[in-house]
Amino acid sequence: MDLAVKVRRYDPEAKEPIPYWSEYKVEVDEYTTVLDTLINIREDIDGTLSLRCSCRSAICGSCSMRVNGHAQLACKTRVSEIAPDGGSVTIEPMGNMEVIKDLVVDMTPFWDKVKAVDPWLQPEGPEPEGEYLAPNEDMLHLAGVMGCILCGACVSDCTVLEVDSNFLGPAALAKAYRFVADPRDSQEKPRLDSLRQYSGIWDCTRCMECVQVCPKGVAPMDRIMVMRDLAMNAGFDKEIGARHTDAFVELVSHSGRLDELKLPVKTVGMFNIRAMQSFAPVGLRALVRGKMPPIFHKMLPNVENVRRIFRKLEPKK
Amino acid sequence: MSKYAFFPGCVSRGGCPELYPAAMQVCRRLGIELEEMVGASCTGAGVLQEKNQFLGDVLNARTFAMAEWMGLPIMTICSTCQGVMSQANKRLTDDPEYLARVNAELAEEYLEYKGTTVVKHLLWIIIEDIGVETLKTHVRNPLTHLKVAPFYGCYILRPSNALGFKDYPGRETSLEELIEAIGGEVVNFSGKSRCCGFPILTINEANSVAMVGKHTSEAADMGADAMVTPCPLCHLNLDGYQPKAMAQSQRKTNLPILHLPQLMGLAMGLDPDELGLQKHIISTGDLVSKAVPA
Ligand code: SF4
Ligand code: SF4
Ligand code: FES
Repeated sequence: MDLAVKVRRYDPEAKEPIPYWSEYKVEVDEYTTVLDTLINIREDIDGTLSLRCSCRSAICGSCSMRVNGHAQLACKTRVSEIAPDGGSVTIEPMGNMEVIKDLVVDMTPFWDKVKAVDPWLQPEGPEPEGEYLAPNEDMLHLAGVMGCILCGACVSDCTVLEVDSNFLGPAALAKAYRFVADPRDSQEKPRLDSLRQYSGIWDCTRCMECVQVCPKGVAPMDRIMVMRDLAMNAGFDKEIGARHTDAFVELVSHSGRLDELKLPVKTVGMFNIRAMQSFAPVGLRALVRGKMPPIFHKMLPNVENVRRIFRKLEPKK
Repeated sequence: MSKYAFFPGCVSRGGCPELYPAAMQVCRRLGIELEEMVGASCTGAGVLQEKNQFLGDVLNARTFAMAEWMGLPIMTICSTCQGVMSQANKRLTDDPEYLARVNAELAEEYLEYKGTTVVKHLLWIIIEDIGVETLKTHVRNPLTHLKVAPFYGCYILRPSNALGFKDYPGRETSLEELIEAIGGEVVNFSGKSRCCGFPILTINEANSVAMVGKHTSEAADMGADAMVTPCPLCHLNLDGYQPKAMAQSQRKTNLPILHLPQLMGLAMGLDPDELGLQKHIISTGDLVSKAVPA
C-alpha cells in the first residue's frame, strides 16, 4: 500500500528556524506501525529526521507524537488502522511542549510537575520486618494508574495546558492519585490539601482528551474527579470548585433540573461582590437580548420521585 | 415518520431559550415526531457524577426506563446531555449486576430499566436516521456563501468507546457532513474538537475565557462567517463570553455562534427571528443578511 507521510519539521540550527512540512512517499503493509514508517524514512530517505524511540513495544513511553492531530504512541499505532486505504497521514510533535527538533520535544516541565506531587510512598510508623502489606483489591485498583508509562500523550492534548502552562496536568495528577489512593501512604490529607490549590484538581475542565488519548487506560480525568470528591470529604469544601459541585447537586436535588440563574450565585456566594460583578456584564447583556434563564425555575412535574432518590443516595450532611 | 422521546435538557429552556423552539421547528420540517419527556430529570452534566456517579446513573436509568416504557429512542439536543447519557448507558448495559443494583433504587416508582434504550443527538439522527439526501430536499436557501466552523463539544466526541464510534464512524465528522449538505463551506480548524471552557467558568474564568478566545480567533483567522455547535453549553461560553475574550486578547472576533438547528433552519428558509437569532450576545445581523438573500 502506498502512503504519503506529512511530517512537521523544525530545525533550531537552520538560518531561519521556523516550522515547515516534509512529505515522504513510502510503502507500508498491514502490520507497519507509524514508528516503523518513520524509522524507514530516516534510514532510507532522509537522515536528518529526528525522533525519539526505544522499546518499539509500547513500554518505554518515548515515542509519543501527534498522529492525525491526536497524541499517541507511534509504535502502538498501525498505519493500516488510521489510513485503511492508503492515502496520507500527518505526523506532528506533541503539543504543549517546546519542540527541540522535529518530533523531539522538551519534557523538562513534564518531569518537574511529576516531581512536584512528591511521587513516592510516605508510610507512617516503624518499618515492618517484611514488606508493607496492602490488600489485594487495593493494589488491583492501583494497577490501573501504575500502568502509566509517562509518555506525555495526555499532557500533549490537555486543553487547559494550552491556555495555562501552570496547570499540573493529567499525568502529574494521575501520579498524585496513585499515592493518595495507596493504603500504605500516610499523607492522603496533606496531599489533597496541596492538590486542591490553584492549578490543581479544580482547574481541569473535564474535556476527556487525556482519557481518550492515554495508551494505557490510566484515565487521568477520572482520577482527578475521584480526588475532587476525596478532597471535599476530607473537609476541603470551601474551594470555588467544591462549592460549584455542591451547589449543582443541591439545585438538581431540589427541582430535578438545573437552575442556571442560581448556580453562579450559589457557587461564588451572594456576598462575593467581586465575583458577582464579573458575572454582571454578561448577565445584563443577556437580559437585554432576552437570553436570560427563566426567573421562576420550573419544577419537574413529579419532582418528589427525584428528591426521594437524592435523599437516599446523597443525604445532606 | 421517525418518532423520538425528546429530552430537551435544562439549558435549551434555561440559559439558551432560543434553542428549544429552533429545534422544534427544524424537527417539524424534517418530519421528526417528538414526544417530550416531561418527567425526566437533569442528567447530572458530569458535575453531579464527580460527587456521586451511582446517583447519576440512577437518575439516567430512570430516564431510560421512561423511554423504554414509551417504546421510543431518546433524542437529545445537547452534546453534554448526550455524552453523559451515553456513558451512563454503557455502564448500565455492560454489567447486569450493576444494572440490578440501580434498578433497585427505581422500584419504588415502579420503573425498571431493561437496557434497551437508544440515545441519539439530533445531529446523529439527521445523518443516520433521516439521511443527508432527505435533508437536502428540505433546503430552500443553500448557504453557499457561508464559511462555517464546526465546534462539537467534548462530550459528543469523548470517550469515543461510549459514543458508538465503532459502529458509526461517521459520527466523528457528522457536523462537517451536515454543513456541506446544506451548502456551506467547512472551516476545518484545529479547535473544533477541543473544549469551550464552560466547565471551569466559575472556577478559573481567565482560563475559560482564554479558550473562547483561542477557538474563536482561530476560526475567524481562517475566514469563518460563523461557528456552529450541537452543544448549548459551548454556545453559552463561546457566545456569552466572547466579549470578555475579545477584551482579554485585544482581538476583535465578533464571530456569531449558532446552535445546530439555527443553522439548519436558515438553510431551510425558516424565519431568522423565530429561530431566535436576535437573542445572541454576538450579533448575527451581518450573518443573516449574508445567508438570506433579501
Ligand atoms: S480532562 Fe482535565 S486533565 Fe484531562 S486533558 Fe482535559 S483538562 Fe486536561
Ligand atoms: S497517563 Fe497515559 S497518556 Fe499520560 S503519561 Fe501516563 S501513560 Fe502516557
Ligand atoms: S518506542 Fe517505547 S513506547 Fe513506543
